[in-house]
Amino acid sequence: MSAYIASLVSVIGINLILALSLNIITGFCGQVSLGHAAFYGLGAYTAAYLAKLGAPLPVNLLAGTAMAGAIGIVVGLTSLRVRHDFLAVTTMGIGFVFLGFVRKQKWLGGELGISGIPGPGLDAVSYALLIVVFALTVMGFSLWIKQSWMGFTFDAVAGDEDAARTVGVNVSTYKLTAFGIGTALAGLAGGLYIYFARIILPDTFDFVQSIAILTMVVIGGTGSVWGVFASTIALTLLPEVSRAAADYRLLVFGTMLILVMRFSPSGLAGLVRRRPA
Amino acid sequence: MSPLARIEDLHISFGGVAAANGVSFTVERGEFLALIGPNGAGKTTALRLVAGLLRPDRGCVVFDDHDVSALPVHARVRLGIGFTHQTVRPFYGFSTIENVMLAAGHGRTASPWRAITSRSRAAARDKACAILDRFGLGTQAEQSPRALPLGQRKRLEVARAIALDPRLLLLDEPLAGLSSAEATTMADLIRTLPAQGITVVLVEHNLGEVLRVADRLVVLDAGKVMAQGAPQEVMARDDVRQAYTGVV
Repeated sequence: MSAYIASLVSVIGINLILALSLNIITGFCGQVSLGHAAFYGLGAYTAAYLAKLGAPLPVNLLAGTAMAGAIGIVVGLTSLRVRHDFLAVTTMGIGFVFLGFVRKQKWLGGELGISGIPGPGLDAVSYALLIVVFALTVMGFSLWIKQSWMGFTFDAVAGDEDAARTVGVNVSTYKLTAFGIGTALAGLAGGLYIYFARIILPDTFDFVQSIAILTMVVIGGTGSVWGVFASTIALTLLPEVSRAAADYRLLVFGTMLILVMRFSPSGLAGLVRRRPA
Repeated sequence: MSPLARIEDLHISFGGVAAANGVSFTVERGEFLALIGPNGAGKTTALRLVAGLLRPDRGCVVFDDHDVSALPVHARVRLGIGFTHQTVRPFYGFSTIENVMLAAGHGRTASPWRAITSRSRAAARDKACAILDRFGLGTQAEQSPRALPLGQRKRLEVARAIALDPRLLLLDEPLAGLSSAEATTMADLIRTLPAQGITVVLVEHNLGEVLRVADRLVVLDAGKVMAQGAPQEVMARDDVRQAYTGVV
């Protein structure tokens, strides 16, 4: 595997973890989040800060995961009070608060971020494979959730919260669980990212990144693990195979979002399901 | 034996209008109790206060000797207080049987940990199948609730509530909007519930069916209990006839 392919595989793996983690919150449990990149950033900054202090990779990944998950549960508390468009605006605000905070912190490198992050102790190919193992584990975990009673209950909460309460579902607990799992996994992606990039900049975790993650979920089909898997690979490779797509990434992603919303709101998964036998 | 539920001095106002103004009554174990009264008497409000959908300004609800007034809806459901909405609310994204399965698997959805560590749906499916058959919905099991006519959707709502194994079932106008034949079918189904260990509190305008199925009546008027007792006895009272039917 060449260094270029290893790099591409690493980015696909990290994006896959990000998209699948948002899919748990938005796709499974029906809670809109437009600030997912903030949790990616929380995991990255936590892991990078500890890595610079000399902490080993497993500790840093775990700390990034835990930090993002803990803050994610706190943010998830807002989902108990607001719904739909209000939740979208609130989570978008969380993204801006995160960026506004890290940009002003000298101990986190301010606008220049954190550089000089030590390596993972593995060569590029081995590290790419490690990321793939994590991505496939997250995928397996997503499929497990979907087929378990948790997935069934998430579906009910996403469908009708009030009706879910009438069948004894503690809606608040399930929403917080979705936020906790989803944001923790985004933190894991952040932790993996720092050893791949070896430098982190605040802009990596901005609103555009949140929208890019959401695009992968929506185009794949919110709630569909295999749809999100396919769309994440396709959307990550698209800028690599098309110069125009790379130059006009936002335009291309935005147009795709509009087209999917108009013609197949359930994404690629919906197109597959609708195909005549 | 103590009553299954005690509703004590419930008060609630909406915009200065008292919808419950000191409502008190008891629900005995195994009985079929009907709450009746004219429009605006506070019947649905009383039911919603017991279910936890509304919080009273004053008063309390005691279920099986425990004060449940501060508990949210889902916690009361888990204690054994089931209810059905006047306007049916199935999960439209689920099939008919899945609607009942989710309720039938209530033990598995008690906590996220139980839910994520449980995968088999076979037991819940078997239980849901049996309940749907009992409610005459066996052949519609795989259909979307959208495809069901109102009468069947109403039966689905009750079937889903039964799948939760309630000890007290609150039914808010389950016969509303049904044809005479459908109403009779539904009434016949729910009148069997006490024999299965389910105490029933019914709010219903269809007085003919109420008198046919209820063991006891509580009459509400203007947010207060006006009378209670055996159906024939209560309906013979002049004040009840006047309040309820406008005829002395």
